[in-house]
Amino acid sequence: MALKDITLGQYFPGTSPLHRMDPRTKLIGIVLYIVALFLAKSVLTYGIMFAILATLIAISRVPLKSILRGMKPVVFILVFTAILNLLYTPGETVLVHWWILTVTLEGVRAAIFMVVRIMMLITATFLLTYTTSPILLTDGIESLLRPLKHIRVPVHELAMMMSIALRFIPTLIEETDKIMSAQRARGADFESGSLLRRAKALVPLLVPLFISAFRRADELAVAMECRCYHGGDGRTRLRRLTYRALDWFTIAAALLMCVGIFVLGRFGL
Amino acid sequence: MNDPIIKTEDLRFSYTNAEGESPVVLGGVDLQIEKGSFVAVLGHNGSGKSTLAKHMNAILLPSGGKVYVSGTDTADEEKLLDIRRTVGMVFQNPDNQIVANVVEEDVAFAPENLGVAPEEIRRRVDEALQAVGMYEYREHAPHLLSGGQKQRIAIAGVIAMEPECIVLDEPTAMLDPVGRADVLRTVKQLNRTKGVTVVIITHHMDEAAQADRLVVMAKGKVVADGTPKEVFQDVEGLKAVGLTVPDTTELLWQLRQAGQDVPLDALSDEECARALYDLLNN
Repeated sequence: MALKDITLGQYFPGTSPLHRMDPRTKLIGIVLYIVALFLAKSVLTYGIMFAILATLIAISRVPLKSILRGMKPVVFILVFTAILNLLYTPGETVLVHWWILTVTLEGVRAAIFMVVRIMMLITATFLLTYTTSPILLTDGIESLLRPLKHIRVPVHELAMMMSIALRFIPTLIEETDKIMSAQRARGADFESGSLLRRAKALVPLLVPLFISAFRRADELAVAMECRCYHGGDGRTRLRRLTYRALDWFTIAAALLMCVGIFVLGRFGL
Repeated sequence: MNDPIIKTEDLRFSYTNAEGESPVVLGGVDLQIEKGSFVAVLGHNGSGKSTLAKHMNAILLPSGGKVYVSGTDTADEEKLLDIRRTVGMVFQNPDNQIVANVVEEDVAFAPENLGVAPEEIRRRVDEALQAVGMYEYREHAPHLLSGGQKQRIAIAGVIAMEPECIVLDEPTAMLDPVGRADVLRTVKQLNRTKGVTVVIITHHMDEAAQADRLVVMAKGKVVADGTPKEVFQDVEGLKAVGLTVPDTTELLWQLRQAGQDVPLDALSDEECARALYDLLNN
């Protein structure tokens, strides 16, 4: 098991316009894209959505291979959705009827649309995480959710937790590796035996890991207090997020896309 | 003489453990740290030296006695931020004090908390990183740096707060010799060029020997206080509290025990060599 292979955030550093865009723009854009995706009902509108996505991928210069690789874990969900849609969509044109299973033309259509929709949705979110560093993403989320402070949502605290979690992932992975080596040196076996057996082998790994994580948390809290941390009130930031012309243009274009798809839907397209 | 930056008056501290006992960790410490000085606090494990450090910026509050930072009682909760901003603290494990996943973001953490304007934060971050010699690493991820480099980032994170005093609680305990030397050089330079008061808690003799003043703790009390040369001359006294002396002093002391007439205050290698040379020439 190579723990070092686990990447989080899967950020591809780059200098494309998509990389340089304000993270908030991308977050807003992705939400609007998903809305539009669910408003799309016809081959035409799906085609438009696909064209937009393809253009964005081309601009971002994110290798197509890594996007496809990211699809792997969701293949099961895709197949599952396809089968459900195939079998449970009511319709008139029966294609296959066998025992209690019926496949209709509408079912095939619904299955294809659903699978394409999910794939496009996932690709779009990948595009967000591939082109935005985790810190900027956290900053963007904090900034966008700030209005929720008025209804007592601890926005700053949540963002802080998120960025600290991101900061400690490599540290804890390193530590896990170290503990695993130490246990292996004393004859622990993490790789063979039944699933239950392997799960049991993880217990002596998790206990020290948890204890050390708690100790780290404690020390970090003291260190943060020593550096005058007292919550989000009165806090300034080194890096300020600013919308530039490109950002306004993108948000406008995304809104236009939503409205356009909605209007096309109204005309039955 | 200036007002002391940190002053403890009959500082006592004990806590209640799980068995309901209250071991005394600090049993009456009177100490004054002068502005601009470079003080090492030396002690064995359990001597109370770390506990003493944690009283210097109100992480712990005394069970008895008082601690003053620039004349402010650390028990005054309303002044907590002022106290913490005056006395910065660096801990043993650099991994557990770095908050952000980019070096410069981490250094910016303290000024951000203090509500400093972004342009000023930028200036402070650049200056702090230059002061510890880590400017070229400002956009790196901290977990890819070495222990010594991480500890220097942690020091930069404290300097960016522009404190008058930095307390370092065994900052080199987890570092390799190169990292140790780097950190110590950085701290010394801060003291010399920027006039920052430095209190370094350590159990390394060679680190303690580099300070202007050496305070030795044992069993929650100060047992010796003076320049390293003065303090290390009391070889028997230090051995009695479980501490060793630097190799140079140890060698001269052994010679003395053997009836040779050598000075005990030759601390550096050169001085020691000179003393031995004189001995052999006579």
